Formats: sequence, C-alpha cells, structure tokens
Amino acid sequence: MNQLHRRDLVSGLLGERDDNLLVVAGLGSSCWDVSNAGDRPENFYVWGAMGGATMIGFGVAKAQPEKRVLVITGDGDMLMGMGSFASIANDPVTNLAVLVLDNSAYGETGGQPTHTTGATDLAGIAKASGIATTATITKESELDELKELTLQAPGPVVVVAKIIHEPLKFDLPSNNGPYLKDRFRVALMGDAIA
Amino acid sequence: MSENALDWPADVHKTLRDEGITQVCQVPDAGHKRLIELCQADNDVSMTTMTTEEEGIYMLAGSWLGGCKGVMLLQSSGVGNIINALAMPNTCRIPLLMIITMRGEYGEFNSWQVPMGQGAPASLEAMGVRLHRVDAAEDIAPAVKAAARLAFDGQQMVAVLLSQKVLGFKDFRELAK
Repeated sequence: MNQLHRRDLVSGLLGERDDNLLVVAGLGSSCWDVSNAGDRPENFYVWGAMGGATMIGFGVAKAQPEKRVLVITGDGDMLMGMGSFASIANDPVTNLAVLVLDNSAYGETGGQPTHTTGATDLAGIAKASGIATTATITKESELDELKELTLQAPGPVVVVAKIIHEPLKFDLPSNNGPYLKDRFRVALMGDAIA
Repeated sequence: MSENALDWPADVHKTLRDEGITQVCQVPDAGHKRLIELCQADNDVSMTTMTTEEEGIYMLAGSWLGGCKGVMLLQSSGVGNIINALAMPNTCRIPLLMIITMRGEYGEFNSWQVPMGQGAPASLEAMGVRLHRVDAAEDIAPAVKAAARLAFDGQQMVAVLLSQKVLGFKDFRELAK
C-alpha cells in the first residue's frame, strides 16, 4: 500500500513553486522534507505543537486570502488534531490544502505504528467531517492529481499520500521560532511589520 | 461606554474592534454568550468555533503569521487543554489574547469544575501567560484594552480572567425544580 517516496514527492510539489505559495510544515520529517526542497521565508517550520500544524495553516489562510496555503504534515500530527477537520469544514476557506504524508509510523520516536496502519482512514475522517475535497494517493501515476489538488483545487482540500517509512538524512532548518515567524511576516508584509 | 453601563459584552466587543481584532476563536461558554452573539453579528469579525481550545491557540498563531489579530474566548476548564499549545506563542514570541470565564471558584456548585478552575491561573502563569483578573463588570472592557495592548504591542501572551463574582454562578438545584 505505501509505495511513494516522501522526498521525491515534496520536492516535486515545491520544485517550481511561485511566490504565491505559503507552506506550513508539521513537526518531524515533514519539516526536513520541506527544508530539503528549498528553504525560504515563505516556509514556516513547526518544530513542536503536535496536532497543531493544520490549524496554524488555517489561521494563515484566513489572514491571507490571496495566497495559497499548503500544510504538509505527518499522520501522527494529523491524528492528534482530527477535530481541526470539523472546525475548518464549518468555516471553509478556498485557499487551504493539507497534505498528509502518511507512513503509518511515528518516525521520530522509533517507528511505532500509528492507527493508519490499521483501521483508520484519515481522508475518510476528513470527508466525514465535511472537508469538500479529499483524496488518498498511493501511486506515482497519481502525482499529477496530487499536484492539482494541493496547489490549484478550491479548498479546503485534504490529501493523504501513502509514503514508505524509510530512514532519511535529517535536513534541519532553523528552529529559532522568533526568526521563522518574523521572516515569514516580513516576506508577506514588508520590513515595517517586524 | 455603552448606554447601559453594565452591558460589558457590548463594551468588550467595541474594545476588540477598536484594537483591530478581526478573528475570534471560541469554544462556547455561558459567560461569553452575549459577546459571542455580538461578534457573530459583526460582518467585520470572523468567528470560528473550535472542537477543542488548543485549536484556537494554533489558529491564532497562524492568524498572526498572516498579519491578523485575534482573540480566544474560553472557559477555565479549557485552560487545561491549551497548556502544550502555549509553547508555540511562547517560544515564537507570538502575541496571544485570551478572555477566560472562570468556573470552580466563587460559589461554584459543581465540584468537577473546581480542580481546573482553581488550577487555571497557576497553570497559565507556569507557561508564561500574563494575567489580568477582573472582579467587577465596569473593569472588564478596560482590562481587555490593556491586555490587547500588552499582547500585540508588548508581544506577550495575556489572559483576562473574568471572575464568577462578575458572571454570577449557576444553581442547578433551581433548574431541576
């Protein structure tokens, strides 16, 4: 079931990004993937706040309706914040997409299985919570669809990509919260905001 | 000040607007009922209901990243839910404004509310939140204004605690009759 390589997937998605795209990366491997695809001020790396990445992205999306906001996070983070789907579905924004990189494992803590190994279907939960567009991607032949859904389709969008649990080199971005926050805000609103 | 000097929710709503707040996050509480209704009726304020309070802390962090000021309305029991979430505004130095209706203290009838209500102020302070406690209706709007300034200009996490002395306390024995 899990066939996709996370680094190829994320760099493919972000490789040709434009200035209109803002990215919130959830804690752990998702941060390393986004950093590996190219560090820039329009990336906000969430180094903790487990369960919170999607709501952070939602807040950005509501504040910046002209921008496209993409949350890239893992299944462990998303399982901890499943209520976010309901909160977002009932106050929908068209410029928000969430990509869950689902390796069915807690990657930073020893690879213990998450509930998506078993009975739990995150895209199904998103759909039943009222998220307008949901999908689960399992094959490379579906990557064009993943790109369209996450970068173009009217939101809110939740896409779950079934990725391989594989050991990869950590590509660590800055973990300096005030710096990450200020450069993100300055990129959006200019020096006067800092 | 509004026509009715004790219509503190109207004064708080006006204060929030004057301070440039456009996003309201909330988990409903009876003490916030009228303020929530006023914000809902205001087309210039966006109101989002959370399934649990930590969602609001994260959402407001995102709002600030995107250049928007917000406020979180919650009850003291919800303080227990947000403790780890406060690490983000704390470590990123992101302003946070909260208005918290207190339970479990003055005249509380429900013992289940007591531990978190009594523990809320110390828990918030342990996470670095500055507290403005209010015991009289006429002091609420000025406290919210001061808290908004400390939060957004002083880049702090600030909570206004609304005492049960202001909100009154429930007596379910009356309702059960």
